[in-house]
Amino acid sequence: MTLIDLANPTRFLSLTARLLPWLAGATAVLMLIGLYQSASAPDDYQQGATVKIMFIHVPNAWLSMFVWAVMSAAALGTLVWRHPLADVAAKAAAPLGATFTFLALVTGSLWGRPMWGTYWEWDARLTSVLILFLMYLGLMTLWRAVEDPSRAARAAAVLTLVGAINLPIIKFSVDWWNTLHQSASVFRVSGPTLDRAFLTPLLVMALAFTLLFVTLLLAAMRNEILRRRVRSLQIIQAGQKAA
Amino acid sequence: MSLGPYASFIVTAYLAAAIVLAALIGWIALDYRNQRRRLREFDESGVVRRSGRGASDLK
Repeated sequence: MTLIDLANPTRFLSLTARLLPWLAGATAVLMLIGLYQSASAPDDYQQGATVKIMFIHVPNAWLSMFVWAVMSAAALGTLVWRHPLADVAAKAAAPLGATFTFLALVTGSLWGRPMWGTYWEWDARLTSVLILFLMYLGLMTLWRAVEDPSRAARAAAVLTLVGAINLPIIKFSVDWWNTLHQSASVFRVSGPTLDRAFLTPLLVMALAFTLLFVTLLLAAMRNEILRRRVRSLQIIQAGQKAA
Repeated sequence: MSLGPYASFIVTAYLAAAIVLAALIGWIALDYRNQRRRLREFDESGVVRRSGRGASDLK
Protein backbone atom coordinates (compact mmCIF):
# COMPACT_ATOMS: atom_id res chain seq x y z
CA MET A 1 0.00 0.00 0.00
CA THR A 2 1.42 3.40 -1.03
CA LEU A 3 0.82 6.94 0.22
CA ILE A 4 -1.36 7.49 -2.84
CA ASP A 5 -3.59 4.57 -1.81
CA LEU A 6 -4.00 6.18 1.61
CA ALA A 7 -5.26 9.36 -0.07
CA ASN A 8 -8.67 7.70 0.10
CA PRO A 9 -9.97 8.56 3.61
CA THR A 10 -12.26 5.50 3.68
CA ARG A 11 -9.31 3.21 2.95
CA PHE A 12 -7.32 5.02 5.64
CA LEU A 13 -10.15 4.49 8.16
CA SER A 14 -10.25 0.79 7.33
CA LEU A 15 -6.47 0.44 7.76
CA THR A 16 -6.55 2.42 11.01
CA ALA A 17 -9.29 0.19 12.45
CA ARG A 18 -7.05 -2.84 11.87
CA LEU A 19 -3.80 -1.22 13.08
CA LEU A 20 -4.91 0.65 16.20
CA PRO A 21 -5.49 -2.33 18.55
CA TRP A 22 -2.05 -3.78 17.70
CA LEU A 23 -0.32 -0.42 18.07
CA ALA A 24 -2.06 0.28 21.38
CA GLY A 25 -1.09 -3.16 22.70
CA ALA A 26 2.55 -2.82 21.59
CA THR A 27 2.71 0.67 23.17
CA ALA A 28 1.34 -0.62 26.50
CA VAL A 29 3.76 -3.57 26.61
CA LEU A 30 6.79 -1.45 25.69
CA MET A 31 5.79 1.26 28.18
CA LEU A 32 5.52 -1.32 30.99
CA ILE A 33 8.95 -2.76 30.11
CA GLY A 34 10.42 0.76 29.97
CA LEU A 35 8.89 1.73 33.32
CA TYR A 36 10.19 -1.47 34.94
CA GLN A 37 13.69 -0.83 33.56
CA SER A 38 13.52 2.82 34.66
CA ALA A 39 12.56 1.80 38.19
CA SER A 40 15.36 -0.79 38.26
CA ALA A 41 18.05 1.57 36.92
CA PRO A 42 20.81 2.41 39.43
CA ASP A 43 21.25 5.87 40.95
CA ASP A 44 23.64 8.20 39.16
CA TYR A 45 26.84 8.93 41.09
CA GLN A 46 26.19 12.69 40.89
CA GLN A 47 22.41 13.06 40.44
CA GLY A 48 21.28 10.19 42.65
CA ALA A 49 17.75 8.90 42.00
CA THR A 50 16.69 12.10 40.17
CA VAL A 51 18.25 10.55 37.05
CA LYS A 52 14.97 8.58 36.80
CA ILE A 53 13.26 11.79 35.63
CA MET A 54 15.46 11.56 32.53
CA PHE A 55 13.52 8.48 31.35
CA ILE A 56 10.34 10.53 30.86
CA HIS A 57 11.85 13.98 30.26
CA VAL A 58 14.11 13.06 27.33
CA PRO A 59 11.51 11.05 25.30
CA ASN A 60 9.05 13.96 25.66
CA ALA A 61 11.74 16.45 24.65
CA TRP A 62 12.69 14.38 21.58
CA LEU A 63 9.04 13.99 20.60
CA SER A 64 8.37 17.72 21.00
CA MET A 65 10.77 18.29 18.08
CA PHE A 66 9.94 15.09 16.17
CA VAL A 67 6.23 15.96 16.03
CA TRP A 68 7.02 19.39 14.55
CA ALA A 69 9.26 17.66 11.98
CA VAL A 70 6.36 15.33 11.10
CA MET A 71 4.07 18.37 10.80
CA SER A 72 6.63 20.06 8.53
CA ALA A 73 6.62 17.00 6.24
CA ALA A 74 2.81 17.12 6.28
CA ALA A 75 2.96 20.85 5.46
CA LEU A 76 5.01 20.02 2.36
CA GLY A 77 2.40 17.37 1.55
CA THR A 78 -0.29 20.05 1.75
CA LEU A 79 1.50 22.78 -0.20
CA VAL A 80 3.46 20.77 -2.79
CA TRP A 81 1.69 17.45 -3.36
CA ARG A 82 -1.78 18.44 -2.09
CA HIS A 83 -2.19 15.06 -0.43
CA PRO A 84 -5.74 14.95 1.03
CA LEU A 85 -4.61 13.51 4.35
CA ALA A 86 -1.57 15.76 4.83
CA ASP A 87 -3.45 18.59 6.55
CA VAL A 88 -5.50 16.03 8.50
CA ALA A 89 -2.21 14.64 9.84
CA ALA A 90 -0.84 18.11 10.63
CA LYS A 91 -3.99 19.20 12.46
CA ALA A 92 -4.17 15.94 14.43
CA ALA A 93 -0.48 16.09 15.40
CA ALA A 94 -0.49 19.65 16.83
CA PRO A 95 -2.21 18.89 20.19
CA LEU A 96 -0.01 15.81 20.59
CA GLY A 97 3.14 17.87 20.02
CA ALA A 98 1.89 20.53 22.43
CA THR A 99 1.32 17.85 25.09
CA PHE A 100 4.79 16.32 24.69
CA THR A 101 6.40 19.77 24.79
CA PHE A 102 4.41 20.71 27.90
CA LEU A 103 5.55 17.50 29.60
CA ALA A 104 9.17 18.13 28.56
CA LEU A 105 8.98 21.58 30.19
CA VAL A 106 7.26 20.35 33.38
CA THR A 107 9.48 17.30 33.93
CA GLY A 108 12.54 19.38 33.04
CA SER A 109 11.60 21.95 35.69
CA LEU A 110 11.06 19.19 38.27
CA TRP A 111 14.49 17.79 37.39
CA GLY A 112 16.10 21.22 37.35
CA ARG A 113 15.01 22.30 40.83
CA PRO A 114 17.04 19.67 42.76
CA MET A 115 19.96 19.66 40.26
CA TRP A 116 20.33 23.33 39.30
CA GLY A 117 18.60 24.90 42.28
CA THR A 118 15.91 26.49 40.12
CA TYR A 119 12.73 25.44 38.31
CA TRP A 120 13.35 27.83 35.42
CA GLU A 121 16.16 29.74 33.78
CA TRP A 122 15.83 31.94 30.69
CA ASP A 123 18.66 30.15 28.91
CA ALA A 124 18.67 29.33 25.20
CA ARG A 125 17.49 25.69 25.45
CA LEU A 126 14.62 26.27 27.87
CA THR A 127 13.48 29.46 26.14
CA SER A 128 13.55 27.93 22.63
CA VAL A 129 11.48 24.94 23.86
CA LEU A 130 9.00 27.33 25.49
CA ILE A 131 8.75 29.14 22.13
CA LEU A 132 8.06 25.76 20.47
CA PHE A 133 5.22 25.16 22.94
CA LEU A 134 3.74 28.59 22.19
CA MET A 135 4.02 27.87 18.45
CA TYR A 136 2.01 24.66 18.90
CA LEU A 137 -0.68 26.64 20.75
CA GLY A 138 -0.63 29.26 17.98
CA LEU A 139 -1.14 26.62 15.30
CA MET A 140 -4.04 25.05 17.20
CA THR A 141 -5.62 28.50 17.55
CA LEU A 142 -5.18 29.13 13.82
CA TRP A 143 -6.94 25.86 12.94
CA ARG A 144 -9.86 26.88 15.16
CA ALA A 145 -9.99 30.48 13.94
CA VAL A 146 -10.28 29.78 10.19
CA GLU A 147 -13.57 28.08 9.36
CA ASP A 148 -12.70 26.81 5.87
CA PRO A 149 -10.45 23.73 6.41
CA SER A 150 -8.53 24.14 3.12
CA ARG A 151 -7.68 27.80 3.83
CA ALA A 152 -6.71 26.93 7.40
CA ALA A 153 -4.55 24.07 6.08
CA ARG A 154 -2.54 26.34 3.75
CA ALA A 155 -2.01 29.03 6.40
CA ALA A 156 -1.04 26.43 9.00
CA ALA A 157 1.35 24.74 6.54
CA VAL A 158 3.21 28.00 5.88
CA LEU A 159 3.40 28.76 9.61
CA THR A 160 4.64 25.23 10.32
CA LEU A 161 7.44 25.48 7.75
CA VAL A 162 8.51 28.89 9.09
CA GLY A 163 8.41 27.52 12.63
CA ALA A 164 10.69 24.62 11.64
CA ILE A 165 13.57 27.13 11.88
CA ASN A 166 13.25 26.70 15.65
CA LEU A 167 14.19 22.98 15.50
CA PRO A 168 17.95 23.40 14.78
CA ILE A 169 17.98 26.31 17.24
CA ILE A 170 16.65 23.99 19.99
CA LYS A 171 19.00 21.17 19.01
CA PHE A 172 22.18 23.27 18.86
CA SER A 173 21.28 25.88 21.50
CA VAL A 174 23.43 24.03 24.05
CA ASP A 175 26.43 24.27 21.69
CA TRP A 176 25.90 27.80 20.37
CA TRP A 177 25.26 29.47 23.72
CA ASN A 178 26.41 29.00 27.28
CA THR A 179 23.39 27.30 28.86
CA LEU A 180 22.47 25.74 32.17
CA HIS A 181 21.12 22.76 30.24
CA GLN A 182 23.63 19.98 29.59
CA SER A 183 24.82 19.26 26.05
CA ALA A 184 23.72 16.22 24.03
CA SER A 185 24.69 12.88 25.55
CA VAL A 186 22.98 10.34 23.25
CA PHE A 187 23.02 11.58 19.63
CA ARG A 188 26.69 12.53 19.28
CA VAL A 189 29.20 11.92 16.52
CA SER A 190 31.49 10.16 19.00
CA GLY A 191 28.63 8.00 20.34
CA PRO A 192 26.52 8.20 23.52
CA THR A 193 28.23 9.17 26.76
CA LEU A 194 25.50 7.51 28.84
CA ASP A 195 26.26 4.25 30.59
CA ARG A 196 24.36 1.25 29.22
CA ALA A 197 22.46 0.98 32.54
CA PHE A 198 20.80 4.32 31.72
CA LEU A 199 20.91 4.18 27.92
CA THR A 200 18.86 0.97 27.56
CA PRO A 201 15.81 2.10 29.60
CA LEU A 202 16.01 5.52 27.98
CA LEU A 203 15.88 4.05 24.46
CA VAL A 204 13.04 1.66 25.42
CA MET A 205 11.04 4.56 26.88
CA ALA A 206 11.79 6.68 23.79
CA LEU A 207 10.50 3.88 21.56
CA ALA A 208 7.41 3.45 23.77
CA PHE A 209 6.63 7.19 23.62
CA THR A 210 7.17 7.20 19.85
CA LEU A 211 4.74 4.29 19.46
CA LEU A 212 2.30 6.17 21.71
CA PHE A 213 2.58 9.17 19.39
CA VAL A 214 1.97 7.04 16.27
CA THR A 215 -1.05 5.37 17.93
CA LEU A 216 -2.57 8.66 19.07
CA LEU A 217 -1.82 10.33 15.73
CA LEU A 218 -3.72 7.63 13.82
CA ALA A 219 -6.63 7.83 16.30
CA ALA A 220 -6.73 11.63 16.10
CA MET A 221 -6.55 11.54 12.28
CA ARG A 222 -9.48 9.11 12.25
CA ASN A 223 -11.43 11.55 14.46
CA GLU A 224 -10.59 14.46 12.15
CA ILE A 225 -11.77 12.53 9.07
CA LEU A 226 -15.06 11.73 10.85
CA ARG A 227 -15.38 15.39 11.92
CA ARG A 228 -15.05 16.47 8.28
CA ARG A 229 -17.60 13.86 7.26
CA VAL A 230 -20.00 15.31 9.86
CA ARG A 231 -19.35 18.79 8.43
CA SER A 232 -20.09 17.71 4.83
CA LEU A 233 -23.25 15.87 5.97
CA GLN A 234 -24.40 19.03 7.76
CA ILE A 235 -24.01 20.89 4.45
CA ILE A 236 -25.97 18.16 2.60
CA GLN A 237 -28.68 18.26 5.29
CA ALA A 238 -28.88 22.07 5.11
CA GLY A 239 -29.21 21.81 1.30
CA GLN A 240 -32.01 19.25 1.62
CA LYS A 241 -33.86 21.46 4.10
CA ALA A 242 -33.48 24.52 1.84
CA ALA A 243 -34.83 22.53 -1.15
CA MET B 1 13.52 1.07 45.72
CA SER B 2 14.65 4.20 47.57
CA LEU B 3 14.24 7.51 45.77
CA GLY B 4 16.36 9.49 48.19
CA PRO B 5 15.84 13.08 49.37
CA TYR B 6 14.30 14.24 46.07
CA ALA B 7 11.57 11.56 45.93
CA SER B 8 8.80 14.18 45.74
CA PHE B 9 10.27 15.66 42.52
CA ILE B 10 10.59 12.22 40.90
CA VAL B 11 7.09 11.08 41.91
CA THR B 12 5.55 14.40 40.83
CA ALA B 13 7.24 14.19 37.41
CA TYR B 14 5.94 10.65 36.76
CA LEU B 15 2.47 11.51 38.11
CA ALA B 16 2.27 14.64 35.96
CA ALA B 17 3.20 12.64 32.85
CA ALA B 18 0.65 9.92 33.70
CA ILE B 19 -2.18 12.39 34.36
CA VAL B 20 -1.53 14.53 31.28
CA LEU B 21 -1.18 11.52 28.97
CA ALA B 22 -4.31 9.88 30.43
CA ALA B 23 -6.21 13.13 29.81
CA LEU B 24 -4.93 13.23 26.21
CA ILE B 25 -5.95 9.61 25.55
CA GLY B 26 -9.35 10.20 27.20
CA TRP B 27 -9.94 13.34 25.10
CA ILE B 28 -9.20 11.47 21.86
CA ALA B 29 -11.45 8.54 22.90
CA LEU B 30 -14.32 10.88 23.82
CA ASP B 31 -13.90 12.82 20.58
CA TYR B 32 -14.21 9.53 18.62
CA ARG B 33 -17.35 8.55 20.52
CA ASN B 34 -18.81 12.02 19.92
CA GLN B 35 -18.16 11.94 16.14
CA ARG B 36 -19.63 8.41 15.84
CA ARG B 37 -22.74 9.53 17.74
CA ARG B 38 -23.22 12.51 15.40
CA LEU B 39 -22.84 10.24 12.36
CA ARG B 40 -25.40 7.79 13.75
CA GLU B 41 -27.82 10.71 14.16
CA PHE B 42 -27.43 11.45 10.44
CA ASP B 43 -28.16 7.79 9.70
CA GLU B 44 -31.32 7.94 11.82
CA SER B 45 -32.51 11.10 10.07
CA GLY B 46 -31.95 9.52 6.63
CA VAL B 47 -29.10 11.79 5.48
CA VAL B 48 -26.58 9.83 3.37
CA ARG B 49 -23.16 10.70 1.95
CA ARG B 50 -22.71 11.80 -1.67
CA SER B 51 -21.46 8.26 -2.42
CA GLY B 52 -24.85 6.94 -1.21
CA ARG B 53 -23.27 5.14 1.74
CA GLY B 54 -24.54 5.51 5.29
CA ALA B 55 -23.08 8.31 7.41
CA SER B 56 -21.54 6.03 10.01
CA ASP B 57 -20.32 3.42 7.50
CA LEU B 58 -16.53 3.28 7.96
CA LYS B 59 -15.92 0.82 5.11
